[in-house]
This record gives sequence, C-alpha cells and structure tokens, in this order.
Amino acid sequence: MTPSAADLIRVLPEIIWCGFGVLLMLLQPYLKNRQGLTLFAMVGAAAGTLATYFGQMGTGFFGLIQFDTYSLFFHWLVGLVAFLVILASDSYLERENLAPAEFYALILFATAGMGVLASAQELLTAFIGLEMSSISSYVLAGYRRDAVKSSESAVKYFLLGSFATAFFLYGIALVYGASGSTNLAQIASADASSNLLRLGLTLILVGLGFKVAAAPFQVWTPDVYEGAPTPVTALFSAGPKAATFALLLRIFTTIHAATDFWFWAFWILAVVTMFVGNLGALVQTNVKRMLAYSSIAHAGYTLVAFAAVTTMKLDPETGAAPAYAAVLFYLLGYSLVKVGAFTIVSEIGGQGERYLTLDDFAGLGTRQPFAAAAMTLFLLSLLGMPITAGFFGKFYVFKAAINSKLIWLAVLMTINTAIGAYYYLRVIVVMYMREHKGDVPAEAATSLSPTAAMVVAVAALATLYLGLLPNHVLGIVLSQNLILSAR
Amino acid sequence: MEFSGHLLSILVFFPAFGALALLFLRSDDEPWIRRLTFVVSVVEFLFSLILLRVVAIGAPGYALTEYKPWISSPPINYHLGVDGISMFLVILTTLLTPICVLASWKGVHHRIKEFHVMLLLLEVGIIGVFLALDLFVFFLFWEVMLIPMAFLIGIWGHDRRIYAAVKFFIYTMFGSAFMLVGILWLYNLTGTFDLPAIQLTLQSAAFHLAPRTEMLLFLSFFLAFAIKVPLFPFHTWLPDAHVEAPTAGSIILAGVLLKMGTYGMIRFCLPLFPEASHRAAPVVAVLAIIGIIYGALVALVQPNLKKLVAYSSVSHLGFVVLGIFTFQTISMQGAVYQMLAHGISTGALFFLTGVLYDRRHTYEISEYGGLATPMPKYAAFFLFVALSSMGLPMLNGFVGEYLVLLGTYQVHWGWASWAATGVILSACYLLWAYQRVFYGEVTNEKNRNLPDIDAREKWGLIVFAVITLWMGIGSPYFTRRVAAPVNAVIEQTKSRYAEEASKPAAMPQPAALAIEAQPDSLRRTVSR
Repeated sequence: MTPSAADLIRVLPEIIWCGFGVLLMLLQPYLKNRQGLTLFAMVGAAAGTLATYFGQMGTGFFGLIQFDTYSLFFHWLVGLVAFLVILASDSYLERENLAPAEFYALILFATAGMGVLASAQELLTAFIGLEMSSISSYVLAGYRRDAVKSSESAVKYFLLGSFATAFFLYGIALVYGASGSTNLAQIASADASSNLLRLGLTLILVGLGFKVAAAPFQVWTPDVYEGAPTPVTALFSAGPKAATFALLLRIFTTIHAATDFWFWAFWILAVVTMFVGNLGALVQTNVKRMLAYSSIAHAGYTLVAFAAVTTMKLDPETGAAPAYAAVLFYLLGYSLVKVGAFTIVSEIGGQGERYLTLDDFAGLGTRQPFAAAAMTLFLLSLLGMPITAGFFGKFYVFKAAINSKLIWLAVLMTINTAIGAYYYLRVIVVMYMREHKGDVPAEAATSLSPTAAMVVAVAALATLYLGLLPNHVLGIVLSQNLILSAR
Repeated sequence: MEFSGHLLSILVFFPAFGALALLFLRSDDEPWIRRLTFVVSVVEFLFSLILLRVVAIGAPGYALTEYKPWISSPPINYHLGVDGISMFLVILTTLLTPICVLASWKGVHHRIKEFHVMLLLLEVGIIGVFLALDLFVFFLFWEVMLIPMAFLIGIWGHDRRIYAAVKFFIYTMFGSAFMLVGILWLYNLTGTFDLPAIQLTLQSAAFHLAPRTEMLLFLSFFLAFAIKVPLFPFHTWLPDAHVEAPTAGSIILAGVLLKMGTYGMIRFCLPLFPEASHRAAPVVAVLAIIGIIYGALVALVQPNLKKLVAYSSVSHLGFVVLGIFTFQTISMQGAVYQMLAHGISTGALFFLTGVLYDRRHTYEISEYGGLATPMPKYAAFFLFVALSSMGLPMLNGFVGEYLVLLGTYQVHWGWASWAATGVILSACYLLWAYQRVFYGEVTNEKNRNLPDIDAREKWGLIVFAVITLWMGIGSPYFTRRVAAPVNAVIEQTKSRYAEEASKPAAMPQPAALAIEAQPDSLRRTVSR
C-alpha cells in the first residue's frame, strides 16, 4: 500500500516544512550568514503555507488525515505565525548570540507538527503531530541554555508535558477499547453511552487541556512562558495553542457522544480558566509573565465558544457554524496580536531579557512612540476594544454563547473582561503616564530593530484590518462547515 | 450624492481628519497645533449648525439617515440618523470642543500634539454615540470614546490622575460589557442590530417578550447608562475623574459625556423596554432623588472647588433622570433641556475653576478669599454662571428644573417636593462657596495681585454667558424642537403598555390574562 500522489500532496506543507528544517541544519556549516539563514527559513515557512494551494480536498492516507477548508485555515494560521516568529527572532538571536540554524529548524519542525494536528482525522496521527510540535517546543524553551530560567522552563515543560501526553495516549487506548477504532469517524458511530468511551475522551480532554493551558492544567504556563526565549514564547502562545484547539474542536464535534457531558466539561473549564488567568495576571509586575497569564485567560474565552458549539450540537435546527466561526476568528486575531505583543516585549527586553518589568516600560510612549502605540493597540485588542481584531473575536464568542442561551457564561465572561481591563490598562498607563525612574539604560533606549518593526507593523495592520473590515475573513471562517457535513 | 446625504458622516469623522492633519505638524510647534485644532473644531461647530436648518420642527422620526451595509454576518450596518434630541447634543459637543481648546491654551504645556489629537478623537466618539442608530455602531463609539478620555485624564491630569483614569475606565467598561451582552441578547431575539427595526419588531403584536427577560435586558442597558450619568450608587468615579482631569477634560466630561448616559436612557431603555421601564421607574426615581439631595449635601461640605462642581453635577443629573422616568411630556422635555443647560453652565463652571487653577494651581477654597478685589470681571462672570447653575429664572438652569418638577408633580407630589429641596440646596452650596472665594478681605497674600481674565478667557466666558441668557429667555426655541421626538419616545413607551391593558377583554386567553395583572399595578405607580 503506497500512498497515492494526491495523498502526498495533501501533506505537502508538512513535507516542505520538515524538508526546509533538515536543509537548514545541513546548510549551517556552509552558510555563516545569520540573515541568509533567516531568509531561508522564512522562505521555507512561506513555501509550506503556499503548498496548501495544491492539495485536493478530502481524506488522505486511508482516513488518517482530513484535508478540508478547516485544516487549510489552520495551516495558514500556523504558517503565518511561524513566518512572523522567524522574522522576529532574527534580531533576538543576534543579541543573545545563539545559533540560528537549529532554532529555525526546530520552529519549522514544530510547525509541521501543528499542521498534522490541524488535519488529523485519526487519534494516533494526532498524537504524532502533538509529539512533533511538543518535542520541538521543549528544546526551543531551553534554547537560551546559559540562562537558568530558560533551562528551568524547558525541564518543567518537558516533565509536565510528557505527563500530559501520557494522559492523551491513555485516553486513546481507552477510546480504542470502547469503540475498536482510533479513527474519528468510526468512533463517532460507537455506542455513545459507554462509560469507557467517556473516560477515554475525558483523558484526551485533560491531555489537550494541558497543551492549550486550560485551568486546572495551566500551572506550567507562566513559568515556561517567562523562561523561554521571547520569540519562542510568541510561538507557544499562538501556534501550538491554535493547532491544539483545532484538534480539540475536531474531536469533540465529530464524536458527539454524550454531548451534555461535554457541555458541562467545557462550561466549567471555561469559567475556571478565565478566572485563574485574569486573577493571576492582576498581580504580575513582569510584562512577559502578565502576558502568559493573559494567554490562559484567552484560552478560557475560546472555551466559552466550545461550550456554545457543544450546546448547539444538541439542537440541529440552529447549526453550530457561527460558533465554529467564532473559534476560528478568535484564534486568528488572538494569535496575531500575541505574536506582535511578544515581539515588542522581546525587543524592549534587551540583551539577556533584563528589562521586562512594568517599570522598564515606563515612559515608552515618549521614548519609542511606534512601539508604544503598537503595544497599546495589541493590549486594547486583547482587552477587546472596538476597531481591533480582539473586539470582533470576543464579540463573536459572546454572540455564540448568547445564541446557545448561555447567558450566565456570557455574564461571567463579561466580568472577566472587566477584570482584564485593569491589567492591560496598567501597561498602557505605565507607558504613557509615568516617567522612567532614573536613567534609561542605553540599550533599552534604542528603537525596534527593522525586522521586529516589520513583524509588529504586520501584526498591527492585521489587527486593525480584522477590526474594521472583518467581512472577508469572516466569509472564510463561516464556510468551515465541512466538519459539520463530514459526520 | 448631494452634500447633505453625507452630512452626518462628515460630522462624525471630520475631527478625525483634523487629528490626522495634526500628526503632520511638528510636535514642538505649539501655536500652530492649537490654532489648527481650534479652526477644525470651529468648522465642525459650523457644520453642526446646519442640522438646525435640516431637522424639521415637529416631524417625528429621524432626519438625514445614512445607511450602509458594513458587516455581512451578523448583519451590522452603518446607520446614522438625527432627531431633535441628538441634534442639540451634537451641537453642544461641537460647541464645547473649541472652548476646551481655548481653556487649555495656557494650562497644557507638555505633549501638546497628543493632547489635541485626543481631544478631537474624543469628539469623534461622542458625536458617533449621539448619531448612531445601529446598536452595534452605538456600542462601538461608546467604547472607543473611553480611550481618549482616559488618556486626557491620565496624562494631563493632576496628582492622582492615573488612579482617576483607571477608575473611570474600569467603571465604564464594566457597565458597557453588560450592555454588550444585552445588545447580543436583543439581537438573538429580533435578528437585527438596527434600532428602528428592533423597535418595530418589539412593538409588533406577534412578538411577546417575557417580563423577566425584558427586565434583565433593561437592566443590562440601564446599568451602563446609570454608571455614565452617574446615578446615585454608581457615582463614585465621577468626583475623582473630575478633580484629576485637566480643565478641558472636565468640561467635556461634565458637559457631554454624562449626557451620553441620559441620552441612552431616552433613546434605548424607554422605547425598547417600556414595561420594564415602568416597573423600574419607582426605584430609579428614588435613586435619582437620593442623588439630587446627596450630591447637593456633599457639595455643601466640599473644601475643594472643583469637587464641589463635580458633586453638583451628580445633583443636577439626578433631575434629568427623574424627568425621564416620570414618563410625562413636560418633564422629559425638561430633562432634555436640563441636559443642555447643565452642559453649558457646568462647562462654564469648570472653565472658571480652570482659570483659577492656571493662576494658583490649587482648587482649595480655603486658599482663596476676597478675590472680587483683584479679579472683578472674573467674579462677575462666576456669579452669573453660579446663578444660572442654581436655577435663577431667566437663566438656563431654571427652565429645565422647573419643567422636570412640574411633570413630576403630576405623577407623584412626594417625589416633586423632595426633589425641590435640591434646588434650595444648590443655592446654598454655590452661594456659600462664592462668598468664601470672592467676598471679604484678601486673606492670602498670593492672591493680592492675581491678574484678571485675559481676552482669550473673556471671549470663552462671553460665549457661555450669551448662550446661558439666550437659553433662559428663548427656551421655546429648544422645547419646540425637542417636543416631537420626546412625544415619540413617550408614545413608544406607552403604546404597548396601554394596548396590553385593554387587550384582555378582547382576547381572554390564559397568556394574556397573565399580563393583565401588571399594567394595573403599573398604572398605580404612574398615576398616583
């Protein structure tokens, strides 16, 4: 049984990403020029993303992967994130004096893993994707190996991550025991009332909940995000998270066994995650760590849309398309904003990431008007203010929740938004309304490097575009009914 | 397309273009930044005056509507329109903005460019709020406006500015987040964000909103508006924001921003949720009266002149809310009039305190005394404005409060008499403060040689004074234009409720009988 050419083309993005990763490592001894490697890696990321153009819609590899508009969307998302993160890393790697080739290769391998996650139609394939992205992530987290925090981050991520992977794997085993298959479509037709199946799905939820940093599986997030090199943090908070959410959504909408049960699971996860993230962020004085907590909170907001999806499943009349669209739109807007925000944090941090506290951001509005303005835009987007991507993201999640008559969940989300206002606003306040205490260190006073500025500009423009003219993207995400029709 | 077809969009976005133009000036080019902003805001004011000609007197409905599809799913449309109520509020906004530029001519010296950009963006947000006829667009402007205001307070304010800015932001954000839930819920029930369309749906006989749902929807909107007004238990952000804000911020804040709350009540709460409004009216009215008296009493004991004016706003806005929630044509006309009058007189009071602050950098009443000697012209203007604020006949403050009390009396004499004490108390705190600041000997040496008002301040104050006098004498000019939209609101608030009161006889169905119980109790509260 050799795979057909059409099947190979369906995984062409992953092949290209992996291929460029290998090439980067091979080229390293010959290509000493960092910028050349950066460019090469960017070409790789872009080529993989564009390769989706050739894929035919449909199931490939005997039902292992599903190439539909849904996975297409997430391929574009993770490809774009990888592209931006590589561009943003250029100046960081120079500043920290780190070897670029392996760094970029790992990013590309991780991206390939995310691509597999987004298109997996079978649980073991999903597991491979998860491992590809996770193992690359563990290494990336500890890439700044001279720094204690970075090593701590890597070890912590690795230990807890392996633990979560074990949960996921055990869940697959139980699901297989209950349904006799690891293929989503076949599991969907298994006896829905089986306790074994439910237990298996619960373990899968725990495993994936860890990867998206949903409380109570979020404890690793602040430390890992804080310790990892900042461009890597940007990647963590955007790419793997979006891809894991993609898998989670695919699993829990294809297998609609005991939907009631999932509704409450997501409801509780969403509420706990929102509160843990927001209350945790309130007391942070380190901007990087604050953004880590904020990304926990945002996982909670996304889970609100999940709860809406599962309720809508109960009622075939309304259809869940708007709720899917809410998840996709939210993840897109959120990922771009997070990449932009972490890029600014990375640049302000200076060598050795020394300037990350709120005090270091004081007076940024006068020192670096562009960085401060962009940061303000990103923070307002995270807060969900109008004319930014975050507003429409939050708006659609709200709308999905209310459509499903989850008024209480919407109200709790409202309260969380108001809590969030405090800590996002605090950074803006510090940037514009406080003066820097004492002299500004010379290296912190320089403006953004050109590459980082490009990333920030792209992210900022995208944020505004999604906030002002969401029609186009909305049209794309609303056509994601394929997983609906697949079952 | 003719020019007037886009007048409203021009009104909303012209200041934004002004702000954009400002970005091209060098940031140390002080005089030109101020001049350009002044010219832009004056031109904007002249534009807004066209509305007076275009909006017909006595015609119901919205004039000059603009409608453009914006977002396909959910259907969100860029829908603007103006009627008698929003017209005056827009003109008030465009009038106060150039005055704010004048008021900050000497007071603001750092980051001038950003200051004026923020001022113009604030104007965009406020005018957008008053003109939006799509709930989503309304919400958008409502939120966007927060940011420049928070910046104005937080960057150019006084000592505790950051605390005040954050408090202001979070309070309003909290309320408006609930409004978003309400807007979406309403969308889910009616399938549209368009205000006139929602009204039609809600009023159609086929549509029935469960009383509990209607009440919750009402509360989700009302909370946002009550925080903005601010109604009594939600007022604590106001004194901080006012005292810490720069003069221009205070003028806009008191002059227009607070009116966004009362405007929202008239435009959204009452017509959309008539029954819930009637049910909530007794509680709201009592809160308003508590606000009137409480605000006045706290103003009485304030040692800080600006805080005194801030608390007087709580008191005066109480009258507006009372006037709205008595559902009488007279009192609602009074409420709208009072919104405008308060904008002028309190705007003037903040302008005056700003003049004093520019000279002495303090608002403490005890620092002053006998100022009438070194600053006679200033003292005269202050007295004039204080008299108008306390409601002296022939000046603008009188008409609004009088109409509100008149209408309230027809509904509930007890409310009217309690509210009337607010008028007396306002005379007490303003005159007492005036006496302490201006009369007697000059007690503080620093005050002996204070310069009197200069030409810039004089012209600003003359504008205020002329309008105050004109509004006091020519009040029919306003009430005539406001009458039709106010009647329309009253009609919308009444129709459904009256209809249902008469319905059970015709339709003896169990569902209809269930509603029957309420209108009776409602009528009692209203016509007691």
